[in-house]
Amino acid sequence: MSRDSFDRELQEIKRNLFQVTGEVRKNLTASVRYLEKRDMQGASIIIESDEMINQKCLEIEEQCLNIIATQQPVATDLRLLFSILQISTEIERIGDYAKGIARISLKIGPGKLIKPLIDIPRMEEIAGQMLDDAIRAFAEDDEQAARTIPARDLQIDVLYNQVHRELITFIMEKPSSIEQTMMLDWVAHNLERVGERVINICERVIFTVTGVSVDLN
Amino acid sequence: METEVTRMQAEDYSLFYGQFKALNKINIKIPANRVTAFIGPSGCGKSTFLRSFNRMNDLIPSVTTTGTVYLDGKDVGKQDVVELRRKVGMVFQRPNPFPKSIFDNVAYGPRLHGTKNKSDLAVLVEKSLRRSALWDEVKDDLQKSGMSLSGGQQQRLCIARAIAVNPEVILMDEPASALDPVATLKIEELMNELKNKYTIAIVTHNMQQAGRVSDYTAFMLTDENRSGNLIEFGATKQIFTTPSDSRTEDYISGRFG
Repeated sequence: MSRDSFDRELQEIKRNLFQVTGEVRKNLTASVRYLEKRDMQGASIIIESDEMINQKCLEIEEQCLNIIATQQPVATDLRLLFSILQISTEIERIGDYAKGIARISLKIGPGKLIKPLIDIPRMEEIAGQMLDDAIRAFAEDDEQAARTIPARDLQIDVLYNQVHRELITFIMEKPSSIEQTMMLDWVAHNLERVGERVINICERVIFTVTGVSVDLN
Repeated sequence: METEVTRMQAEDYSLFYGQFKALNKINIKIPANRVTAFIGPSGCGKSTFLRSFNRMNDLIPSVTTTGTVYLDGKDVGKQDVVELRRKVGMVFQRPNPFPKSIFDNVAYGPRLHGTKNKSDLAVLVEKSLRRSALWDEVKDDLQKSGMSLSGGQQQRLCIARAIAVNPEVILMDEPASALDPVATLKIEELMNELKNKYTIAIVTHNMQQAGRVSDYTAFMLTDENRSGNLIEFGATKQIFTTPSDSRTEDYISGRFG
């Protein structure tokens, strides 16, 4: 006996999760790039597309509830669905951080930035790569990868502190730049949060594979 | 499980129908005052094993066994079978009340074991019917035939009949499979109540039921010789979330075979 239709449904839910993760990943990179390039239109598109991302995450949630209600999954299947529910929430929040960066971009307006962005794009690069790897670990049930990815969050934290200190110096040197400085600090904060969300995803991967809840933070 | 008191135990227990080995060296400890569920595909020996606890298999001429089944540390094979079956009661898949009144159904066992006093019997019947959650529904007409009750009520009458002789263990072989969902729920609730006083072992094909009612779950499966083996035994929570054996996982998640 096999559970073909159940397995097909599970695969579809996973596919939907990977798809929405792809959208969020794209928005995350684009949000920082548009901030650098002062691309107002691009930032607006990110804000608009977040609505669709939220909708897709809700659909995943509904699919999970339906399959739990009708198919009574247990053991690995149940852990997988439970993890998908939580991971989709993390993805949705990462999408919100990207939208937040796009909003800041619009607030700053089309004018020049007070300084060229160096550490913020680096933060995004590391966080984005962590997200890619965490989702790959989830897709491949790679517990080992899920255990090693969180260490990279330290680099993001170091960069965040660096950005923070640099921006404070900026305020001291040029008090009129305070508004934009605060906003750029908020951008760095959003990227720092992405790292934490990715760690949560890694915890879910370990739970899916082993059934053990761990705290990797 | 280490902290549990063992009520029943099987040690290297094998059962043969003639030459055919139906159960292969089963080792298990059934904890006292808990519900233990036996799950597994048809023909894996769950019911046969359950019947070994009160020697119901003795009735089949070709059956021989090796190994030992214990009740409270004593070999059941060496006990008086009438006394053993008083201590280890049984409820079957189809409710099987005697064609007698509700009162007589419940009083049957105690009478057989020597309780003759009418008021003692009346007290026992009421206590048993209350414990089996049937009292409120039948108290006004205990002389009514047990056969006139609904399926769910009949099954609770059979449970009352089993507990009237003050057993230690109640064996239930798919006790709710012939009942509708509401009657099933009542039986399940009842098991939860009864385990405070008795040790319950249940065979069920309904995995969700095993998950709902039992504290421990035993998964059985036939090997290449079609003999029933105990594959995994553990806390129900563990079996249904993180089973250790991939065959258990395949079975409970419906991917067996």
